[in-house]
Amino acid sequence: MTTMPLEPSSAMPGSRAASPTYLGVDTTIRSWLLTTDHKRIGVLYLVSMLFALALGGFFAMAVRLEHLSPNTTVMSAMAYNRFFTLHGVIMVWLFLIPSIPSSFGNFLLPIMVGAKDVAFPRLNLLSWYLYMAGSAVVLVSMFVGGIDTGWTFYTPYSTYSPTAIPLALFGVFIIGFSTILTGLNFIVTTHTMRAKGLGWLRMPLFVWSIYATSIIQVLATPVLGMVLIFVVLDNGFSWGFFDASRGGDPVLYQHLFWFYSHPAVYIMVLPGMGVVSEVVTSFSRKNPFSYKAIAYSSIGIAFVGFLTWGHHMFVSGMSRFDAGAFGVLSMLVAVFSAIKVFNWTWTLKKGAIALKTPLLYIFAFLFLFVFGGMTGVAVAAMSLDVHWHDTYFVVAHFHFIMVGGTLTAFVAGLHYWFPKITGKMYSERWGVLSAALVFTGFFATFFPQFLLGNAGMPRRYYTYPPEFQALHLVSTVGSWVLALGMMITLVYLLHAIWWGPPAGPSPWGSRSFEWRTSSPPPQHNFTRTPSFELDPYDYSRPMPEEGE
Amino acid sequence: MDFVRAILALPRGASTVADEIDLLHLFVISVTMIMSTFVFAAAAWFTARYHRRHEGQLTERVTASRLHESVVIGALLGLFLLWWLIGYRQYLELRKEPEDAEIVYVDAKQWMWKFAYPDGRTSNDILTVPVGRPVKLVMTSRDVIHSFYVPAFRVKMDVLPGRYTTLWFEAKEPGTFPIWCAEYCGVSHSLMRGEVIALPADEFARWQESGAVAKVESDCGRGPGSCGGEDLVSRGRSVAERRQCVACHTLDGQPHVGPTWSRLYGSERLLTDGRRVIADEAYLTRSMMEPSREVVAGYREVMPVYQGLLSAGETAALVELIRSLRNGPLESSGVALPRIEITNVKDGGGAP
Repeated sequence: MTTMPLEPSSAMPGSRAASPTYLGVDTTIRSWLLTTDHKRIGVLYLVSMLFALALGGFFAMAVRLEHLSPNTTVMSAMAYNRFFTLHGVIMVWLFLIPSIPSSFGNFLLPIMVGAKDVAFPRLNLLSWYLYMAGSAVVLVSMFVGGIDTGWTFYTPYSTYSPTAIPLALFGVFIIGFSTILTGLNFIVTTHTMRAKGLGWLRMPLFVWSIYATSIIQVLATPVLGMVLIFVVLDNGFSWGFFDASRGGDPVLYQHLFWFYSHPAVYIMVLPGMGVVSEVVTSFSRKNPFSYKAIAYSSIGIAFVGFLTWGHHMFVSGMSRFDAGAFGVLSMLVAVFSAIKVFNWTWTLKKGAIALKTPLLYIFAFLFLFVFGGMTGVAVAAMSLDVHWHDTYFVVAHFHFIMVGGTLTAFVAGLHYWFPKITGKMYSERWGVLSAALVFTGFFATFFPQFLLGNAGMPRRYYTYPPEFQALHLVSTVGSWVLALGMMITLVYLLHAIWWGPPAGPSPWGSRSFEWRTSSPPPQHNFTRTPSFELDPYDYSRPMPEEGE
Repeated sequence: MDFVRAILALPRGASTVADEIDLLHLFVISVTMIMSTFVFAAAAWFTARYHRRHEGQLTERVTASRLHESVVIGALLGLFLLWWLIGYRQYLELRKEPEDAEIVYVDAKQWMWKFAYPDGRTSNDILTVPVGRPVKLVMTSRDVIHSFYVPAFRVKMDVLPGRYTTLWFEAKEPGTFPIWCAEYCGVSHSLMRGEVIALPADEFARWQESGAVAKVESDCGRGPGSCGGEDLVSRGRSVAERRQCVACHTLDGQPHVGPTWSRLYGSERLLTDGRRVIADEAYLTRSMMEPSREVVAGYREVMPVYQGLLSAGETAALVELIRSLRNGPLESSGVALPRIEITNVKDGGGAP
């Protein structure tokens, strides 16, 4: 059966048999590599990024392992520096930034706006190739000297570091273009390809968050590209933009870098917020507490997020006035996130809640994101930042946002849309177990790091005073639990792809638009011109009786 | 306070600012804990209370009232701004050095801290300070960015190549407190550690007279005050002479090609572009490194760029010399100073 509202005249039973799913239409490798289908490109991204996640996770585990003892445990100082750099670079640029937009965004955004594809399907494929090429360059740099500057590439250290800086930065530069193309595609698609009757204020909230993310991607990424090229010229050709001994200014680098990289934090977390909006409404069968507040706060975050970069530089020697201004603007951006959190929570009220795996992950998200977000407000209280800056407190804070927020939302989305993408259902029991493991492991890994930061332990320290060992031990053991949870997830999801039971078009009973077509969706998303009479979040009346 | 520090895993609060910062810390973190628990508990309560009874169950449409939304937004914004206000006030205190602070010059390099005291002594990785008196560090780096961090004092400031940053603290109890480099600076970053030794006033006075700090002659010329017995001011004089500064700048207030150094430090300067700046350490350093950026009104843009010519130590010595002239030439205070011979100045003026 289909729950898609159909035109009465076109309700012809059996007509769907003629349109194969996007997976079944052609199964050759060539058909995947040359596809312009947004769904297949989304899957290509998803698979590539899971590899990136695994690799970044491997480096993270190695770094945690090294910290089991205060001095050398398993690797040299140089190896340690390369490992934490690669962990950061891979996780940020190969996984977190493209994670939700390029995979789920690609797969779902056109369906959610009732389009057959994105506005520029071939550019979409190009963006995946650029992502792969950039990733390949970054990975090659791993084997020809690595990089040891940290993912922030601060000058003038990166100007003089003898490692493969130009190559790695060039890789990130290429990935930047992939991000820009994806963002451009989504903006144009949202503006021009919405189905008839689908106004801006009836779009699924996920579309709003991807749209806001795309704006940041298109506006901010060019600045990153520019600044990376400057560092390459400094490092490879001694141009000296950021080198004080040649008349350059190292702090200018920090301004330019964070002008991109602070909004990039919102590139990473906004799509996650979109996933939360979808999952919370689906599993509580409830309209959002305030649709407009959630939608507009995404846009608010996208714009105010551009004005807060200086809070990464409170101890860089920036003027007192500038520091104060950045502090107060950072407080404003926190309010937008808080609005969302309260709206999600109060959406649950008077709902009909089914506590399934995706919603479990969302509850983990709520707790961790609020904790991470509030510690973000804490570091914007400027005198506290002076103590916490560049300590483990900051490490814990942004991991609560990036892992507790984005990664948790990503895994929630992975479970939520798994039936839609594959047409199969995974084991709920294993899902609940691994969600519990992931949450416990995460909390054990990163909560002790807040305490380490309070005690003053600076980040990126290969060796540390022995009094910190107990907390490091807890953190490392926690990382094993987290990794175990993630691996179990991988195993049962892979198992379900082949042996899972068929999911049906809408296993969660969701009314959002992507669930109104079959699972997996047909090649052109809908077998008939979709009509969006019923709101994606309207659970107050029975679904109109339609279909076969 | 000790209890607060114990539950937050904070180190000793050994500086005058530590207590109020830690109280803000407690306030902020408690609210953080309460709010995340509250959100989680609310979600759990709703989940239990409104669990799904049958598939296809319908729900009534509930939307936020404008009042509800505005109260939440207003309350949060008020709370956040209150934190910012307290935090910013404390931040300003951290960034504004007391006038009477003792000065120590800090020269950071991979992977050590070098401290130079105004009396000409230097030490590596060990900073000796008096208890109960503010100490101001004037810091620069010889290579990459470092960050001077003393957790027990709740202070941190980046140390940058090519410019000077300052940081101050006042130890309120004697003891030994670790200094850590907080900005990643290369392979031995985690070994770039030092110690602050805070001594009670009488012991500090004894330390000052003891000559306990090594003065390594082979280091001469490589850092502030590194030439042993000479103090920074006299070293500044020899640098001013050697680098020909005194060809254009006088030390006794007489006008010349460039502004005089007498009563220069701390004064407000009107620039050719109409801006006004205070001639502090940072301004003086900038004026040596990039003279054309901030030319004082009434002077021409003729000074050569000293970026790359002056070592960090020489810069520090020159700044200290200019500071010593902030109340005019020292002769008036009865201290005899070596005379600087000026050869290539037309009017022959200059030296006191």
